Amino acid sequence: MYTMEQILKILGEVKPGLAPAPDEELVKTGQLDSVDIMALVMALSEEFDLEVTPLDLKEENFHTAQAILDLVNRLAEE
Amino acid sequence: MKNLLELLDRTAARLPDAPAFCDEETSITWSGLKQKAAALGTALARQGARGRSVALYLDHNVACILGMMGTLAAGGFYTVLDIAQPAERVRRITDQLHPAVLLTDAAHLEAARALGVGDCLLTVEDAAATPMDENLLQEIRTAMVDTDLAYVLFTSGSTGLPKGVAITHRNVLAYSEWAVETFGFGPHTVLGNQTPFYFSMSVTDIYGALRSGACVQILPRRFFSFPVQLLDYLTQRRVNTIYWVPSALGIVANWKALDYTTPPPLRTILFAGEVMPTAKLNYWRFHYPQALFANLYGPTETTDICAYYVVDRDFADDEPLPIGRACANCGLLVLKEGRLAEAGEEGELCARGSFLAAGYYGLPEKTAERFCQNPLQSAYPEIIYRTGDLVRYNDRGELIYCGRMDHQIKHMGYRIEPGEIETAAFGQDKLDNCACLYDQQRDRLVLFYQGKRDLTDALRERLAQRLPPYMRPAVYHRLKLMPQNQNGKIDRIALGAMLADLP
Repeated sequence: MYTMEQILKILGEVKPGLAPAPDEELVKTGQLDSVDIMALVMALSEEFDLEVTPLDLKEENFHTAQAILDLVNRLAEE
Repeated sequence: MKNLLELLDRTAARLPDAPAFCDEETSITWSGLKQKAAALGTALARQGARGRSVALYLDHNVACILGMMGTLAAGGFYTVLDIAQPAERVRRITDQLHPAVLLTDAAHLEAARALGVGDCLLTVEDAAATPMDENLLQEIRTAMVDTDLAYVLFTSGSTGLPKGVAITHRNVLAYSEWAVETFGFGPHTVLGNQTPFYFSMSVTDIYGALRSGACVQILPRRFFSFPVQLLDYLTQRRVNTIYWVPSALGIVANWKALDYTTPPPLRTILFAGEVMPTAKLNYWRFHYPQALFANLYGPTETTDICAYYVVDRDFADDEPLPIGRACANCGLLVLKEGRLAEAGEEGELCARGSFLAAGYYGLPEKTAERFCQNPLQSAYPEIIYRTGDLVRYNDRGELIYCGRMDHQIKHMGYRIEPGEIETAAFGQDKLDNCACLYDQQRDRLVLFYQGKRDLTDALRERLAQRLPPYMRPAVYHRLKLMPQNQNGKIDRIALGAMLADLP
């Protein structure tokens, strides 16, 4: 199981200064724009050695740090 | 017809209750748009917008469309500002315009106030609640002529100072007539708008709809991160026509998103703004064998488009697409040293006709440089616009884009067009995106690429087979992600800044 700390570290690397609360909205507020999300997908794939498929690439999987953590843990199990 | 508002009047009379513009949360009918434009026009005219600039500090949504139509009703000309930009950059635009009004909405009021721009600050909400003054609006309209400005659209100048391209009512009337006739827009058409309203491509969506009664679905920007969701949104909103930058079409192709959901009912797929990688186009064509695909070309100075090519044959993944031929009512000349280029010879593409902008706002010298007398016409004044783009005709009589005159690279004594190198690279499997730049400091070609895995060796081998030695990049640099600018195109300025840090 990965931790919130690991997710926040990657978020901070993708977008310097970004340190959201776990349930803070990131996509609708524009804190993560389309370029950031693509960079985040690349970083997650590399860091956790996962494959994010087009079907995983949904707003509900990226809209908060918690959602990202849930996605990463689910993909790691598969 | 002399005024763009006549298009709105006509469509509102024909289709009063049909949806005109929709964003994720709201929508407005044609009659609603006409009514609110009149209210906004009254409020703006009272604040002195007539004949002057109105700066729109609004999101990519229906409210911004209201701001545009309200400005036109007030006899003014609008400029849509990019609210994502820092205040200092926004001011570099407004300092040139001295707007009479800065129009914003309740959500952006504080930021707009902090900007401190314009003689007065209004919100769309307040302005739309103003009772319309029919006499005032009629009086304004009667006095207007078709060469009055409709809007000023800023392009990032290569020197860093944005240049405002001044577009008249006549320009948009002529251009939209061509677009609607050529692509058969009508009340059945639902356009999925991707491009921001400060970018010239959006003019085709907005005024194509205004003229034809098509509905515009303004697509939420964030869906361009989630390609499958984006496609599902198109299906849900019944979008059947899209006009996007190739990078946006490329996101869907890179993720093979059309393989993962029911493809939306698209019939017309248009693109412009940068070179379309043929490999990405082929992915789309595979999924839409019946759709009309067209490659459109044009600078902001020709309103949006001056040449187009309807895809009528198959292309290999590394074969470039033509830009085709001139739009109706727009003449194209390929000039070389003041004469017409010979068949197959490269020359500068120049345009003439009623799509040509009035010039650069407040910049007479820059205007005179690019908008000048047709050297082939000595009998009377005739202005042509020099695009700065190199083109040639192929054997079929289609125009082929050969690159920017000012981006031409002289390397090992040869003149090189980076686009040719990119096109050759794009046939490579698993390649998502690429851009070739010239590192002047070290006199070498650098290919930046984005791929799902390391493709350096494969690309090197591929280009060695296809290109002469002087055109082969010395350095291949894999990026996790190709940088993009606000319009969704590859950000070549950002790439240029990376050159110095490469080994």
